Amino acid sequence: MAEVRAEMVANVWKVVAAEGQQVDAGDTLVILESMKMEIPVLAEEAGTVSKLHVTEGDLVQEGDLIAVLG
Amino acid sequence: MGIRTVAVYSAADEDLPYVREADHAVLIGLAPPAQSYLDADAILRAARECAASAIHPGYGFLAERATFARQVIAAGLTWVGPSPAAIEQMGDKIRARNLMAAAGIPVSPGSTEPVLDSGTAVAEAKRIGYPVMVKAAGGGGGIGINAASGEAELRAAFATARSRAERFFASPDILIERYVPRARHVEVQILGLADGRVIALGERDCSVQRRHQKVAEETPSPGVGPDLRERMLAAAVRAGEAVGYQGAGTVECLVDADTGDFIFLEMNTRLQVEHPVTELVTGIDLVEQQFLIAAGEDVSFGPAALPGSLPGSLPGSFAARGHAIELRVYAEDPVRFLPSPGRITEWAEPSGEGIRVDAGYIAGNTVTLYYDPLLAKLCTYGATRAEAVARARDAVAAFRIAGPKTNLAFHADLLASPEFASGDYDTSLVARLRP
Repeated sequence: MAEVRAEMVANVWKVVAAEGQQVDAGDTLVILESMKMEIPVLAEEAGTVSKLHVTEGDLVQEGDLIAVLG
Repeated sequence: MGIRTVAVYSAADEDLPYVREADHAVLIGLAPPAQSYLDADAILRAARECAASAIHPGYGFLAERATFARQVIAAGLTWVGPSPAAIEQMGDKIRARNLMAAAGIPVSPGSTEPVLDSGTAVAEAKRIGYPVMVKAAGGGGGIGINAASGEAELRAAFATARSRAERFFASPDILIERYVPRARHVEVQILGLADGRVIALGERDCSVQRRHQKVAEETPSPGVGPDLRERMLAAAVRAGEAVGYQGAGTVECLVDADTGDFIFLEMNTRLQVEHPVTELVTGIDLVEQQFLIAAGEDVSFGPAALPGSLPGSLPGSFAARGHAIELRVYAEDPVRFLPSPGRITEWAEPSGEGIRVDAGYIAGNTVTLYYDPLLAKLCTYGATRAEAVARARDAVAAFRIAGPKTNLAFHADLLASPEFASGDYDTSLVARLRP
């Protein structure tokens, strides 16, 4: 199990991955937006997206859980 | 100048110093830009409520929107900027390039019509020759700009530019032009006077960039000699004359570090963020000139007295005195440059001879995620470049900001780097400092 957390305060602009989806290391899970910059949140390892904790338009704080990879 | 000011602000900005410094302030909407700073009707309503006589658009949001300028004028207000027609002619990078080429100003090989699909993009890139730069024709702020050295990269760059253009800018059009591998980004400050003359107030070097966005600027450019300067300033004046330019504007160019040639990039039809460096070496308050020109009056410094210019032969070259540097202090981490919004718990600005700080924040303010990460412009002046750099080093060390991460540590590294110190650097300097 790997937890993917937000590195900064941001809006969730796009949720790219879906729960149950197989992802490779480096795949984009969601795209955050902060201060006019798009910041892709990537899977650090291959696995299955077991849980997505955000939806588009959410506000995340630094350290908030974004997704869990199983 | 004796002008009373009204500030407009969003719900996110109500505690910021500028809101209190203005004679009057009007809340125009919610934090997201579309619901406040990009809401033309809300701004015009605020102007009517306060019986304002003019609108200064600053250097973001609606500053380069011709439709907004037209609305302001139609409402019977003075627009502190160039004519809507000039904004329109220069706002589209493809039209602007064509116009400049026709006026005899050098442009790089590139598309003369909007590139609308990836097939055309591939054909255009082949014609122009790789490497190429792919840009949103209606874009700005470095958003959606990518270089491509082959077809696969080009297709990816085109898709990115297209999606950014559709999301952020009014036009989906894409421009492809030849990429200059080793380039300095040098721009010329112009002023279109009320009597129709256009003058150039020297150049600014903006080659210190990350993600195609400026981080530090200086004037004069260490990479521009007297001959090149004279040609660039003359071209910038011609560019302004070609569109009947009035007020403050900037002609952005690339200087090829290998050949020493320059090409026209684009024109910004507004005041630039980095205008303080020009003010420091010329002693001219550019915002004051904007208001005077908009009112149809003469500029305060008297064009006849312009140093370096020949009487009766304006526009002439402009002799700047000394050297000035601007460091943009951003709320971002100093290594990866990722945004770092947050509450400011400590804020102590440096002060002293040759130091100017234009800041938007004080301790207790919160930097939100809705807007640009710019916190302050830390500017220094010196009789020589070495003195300006030395003052900048001390000023960076003395600037205390706690709360959000800032890029002050990056600026310390920049100023300590032998490459920056030598003056012989190009737009890839930041990538070398932060590999």
